[in-house]
Amino acid sequence: MACATRSIPGCGAEPLVTSGRPELSDALLQVKGLHTQFPTSRGLVRAVDGVDLEVRSGEVLGVVGESGCGKTMTALSILRLLPDPGRITAGQILFRGRDVTAMSPEQVRDFRGNEVAMIFQDPMTSLNPVTKVGSQIEEAMTAHSKFSQQIAKERVLELLTRVRVPSAERRAQDYPHQFSGGMRQRAMIAMGLSNEPALLIADEPTTALDVTVQAQIIDLLKRLNTEMGAAIMLITHNMALVASLCDRVVVMYAGRVVEEGPVEQIFSSPQHPYTWSLLRSVPRVDQARRERLVSIEGLPPDLSRLPGGCKFHPRCPFVEARCREEEPPLAEVASAQKARCWVLMRTLGDNPQDRIEPSAARATLLSAGEADGAVG
Amino acid sequence: MASAVAAAQMAEWDSPEQIGLWSDAWMRFRRNRLAVVGLVIVILLLIDAFTAPLLVHLGVIIDPIKQDVAHIEVGPGGFGHLLGTDELGRDTLSRLMYGARISLTIGILVQGIIFVIGGTIGLTAGYVGGRVDNLLMRFTDIWYAFPDLIFVLVLVSVFGPSLLSIFGAIGIVNWVNLARLVRGQVLSIKEKEYVEAARATGTPPLRIVLRHLVPNALGPIIVTLTFGIPQAIFLEATLSFIGVGIQPPTPTWGQMVNDGYQAVYANPSSVVFPALAIGLTMLAFTFIGDGLRDALDPRMRR
Repeated sequence: MACATRSIPGCGAEPLVTSGRPELSDALLQVKGLHTQFPTSRGLVRAVDGVDLEVRSGEVLGVVGESGCGKTMTALSILRLLPDPGRITAGQILFRGRDVTAMSPEQVRDFRGNEVAMIFQDPMTSLNPVTKVGSQIEEAMTAHSKFSQQIAKERVLELLTRVRVPSAERRAQDYPHQFSGGMRQRAMIAMGLSNEPALLIADEPTTALDVTVQAQIIDLLKRLNTEMGAAIMLITHNMALVASLCDRVVVMYAGRVVEEGPVEQIFSSPQHPYTWSLLRSVPRVDQARRERLVSIEGLPPDLSRLPGGCKFHPRCPFVEARCREEEPPLAEVASAQKARCWVLMRTLGDNPQDRIEPSAARATLLSAGEADGAVG
Repeated sequence: MASAVAAAQMAEWDSPEQIGLWSDAWMRFRRNRLAVVGLVIVILLLIDAFTAPLLVHLGVIIDPIKQDVAHIEVGPGGFGHLLGTDELGRDTLSRLMYGARISLTIGILVQGIIFVIGGTIGLTAGYVGGRVDNLLMRFTDIWYAFPDLIFVLVLVSVFGPSLLSIFGAIGIVNWVNLARLVRGQVLSIKEKEYVEAARATGTPPLRIVLRHLVPNALGPIIVTLTFGIPQAIFLEATLSFIGVGIQPPTPTWGQMVNDGYQAVYANPSSVVFPALAIGLTMLAFTFIGDGLRDALDPRMRR
């Protein structure tokens, strides 16, 4: 009980061996200070550089950010599936209190699929072309001892029906090339769910699909989340997807978390300039075009040569002297909302875009020709 | 009318043809005429190889080691010898038919040895990678550097010219290409997303190898092995021709060419027919290999 008065991180660091102690939060997965690095000839690439995040049971957590900011590497670290020469160099990944980074290869193998499953971006290449879809799903089950061979066979049809594959019985006998993209992603999801994992990591599950199919897959994920109670960690750069599906959102930049909080709160009052910029770069149908759609200038930093201070400062329109010197901590900025920023959007008044006049003027100048062409 | 078309289309969407990968490949193989011709020739040769002793027993053909001393080196059609006789008066037709036994046995069974050695080395190198890969591949390179024929000659002269040692020697010399091919295949397949997806569901390594890597690499392996058959047949014929192959009196095509070529002007048939047999068999397997290559190409898959 002494813990309650102290900060939560200090508490969680204590070994969770004492059984019967009430859990402080219903955290399913806790990632603490995760560092994943790739020693390459160009230098050390810090793909994940001190990520702290938490997935609670049954929730849908969105992980957003531009390409190359460590989202996928965080997911692959959780499953210990890092491609060579990637290594987890520091930090803990606690799944129900067990540290994944300390597991033996045998334990990791049992952990994958059984407790945390992952579905990948491109369903066209994620299924083995020479094996029937049904037996691939069956195999995901027989790799573990949760289900007997007989039950696994029966479950294949049940799962295919559950992910809305029509005439499942016949479709199970098909090869992947006889499936369309959306159907393959359904089959992948069925495979991911086959061992009833408590957490499903979906790495841009809709990116490779066309828009109408995307909607179906999102709908399916949403329903599976409520029906089966599996938590979902949704990696995406699609803000609309986050808004429609997630409970909480984590924004990543340069291998670290820059902001996190409940979806409504993040969307209505983002505190980190990066989150604010990301949201501003998404077109909105529900609002009149009062402001121009803006892109974030520049590119995410080279992960082998990170800038000093706040990693976003070279691209930040609200940069201050302190930002260049010292990296801000991920601090609580509102209830349940944390941001890693010295400035914070709320200190910038109601119309922060007015403060970035020079750069905005340039953006206007650059896109004026285009916009005129489009309108005319 | 329009609704009937729509309905037909719906039905088509609803039930795509149920075609397995192998029947699909067979359909494409059948479309290649030369490959089918090759297959027919090989099937006939196989029938011949299996039934030759029976045919001798039934008196359809003459015993291949029986000497018709009265009719030495007769031409085709002479004295009951459809394709003539050789310098010892043995019937060329029956020797040719018996020779197919040796050629096909060597050609096909050697592929088994190549598959085991080359497949294991290639798979291990490709899947384990790193230092093991480097070591195995340098070993393969060194092996590759030996001249085939001399290597086989050395092995056969050390172990004696028995059927078994010739098998072994040809197999041991020829696994290198397959090892390289398998390694390359495994290297590319193991980076495929479905292998990662399988690892993400906790599939054990051995099962990944057997269920994902091997089946996906099988097409090119089959093609390479098929192309290896004529090579092995030719190598065996070469060995027999230079006298270190299967020993007389067992008839082999290479040996027949060797026996006959000294009298090639006097009695060309005893050289021409075995040479034709070797050529035709090699061609047949090569056609089949071509057909299989097209049929098993994953890019051709619908």
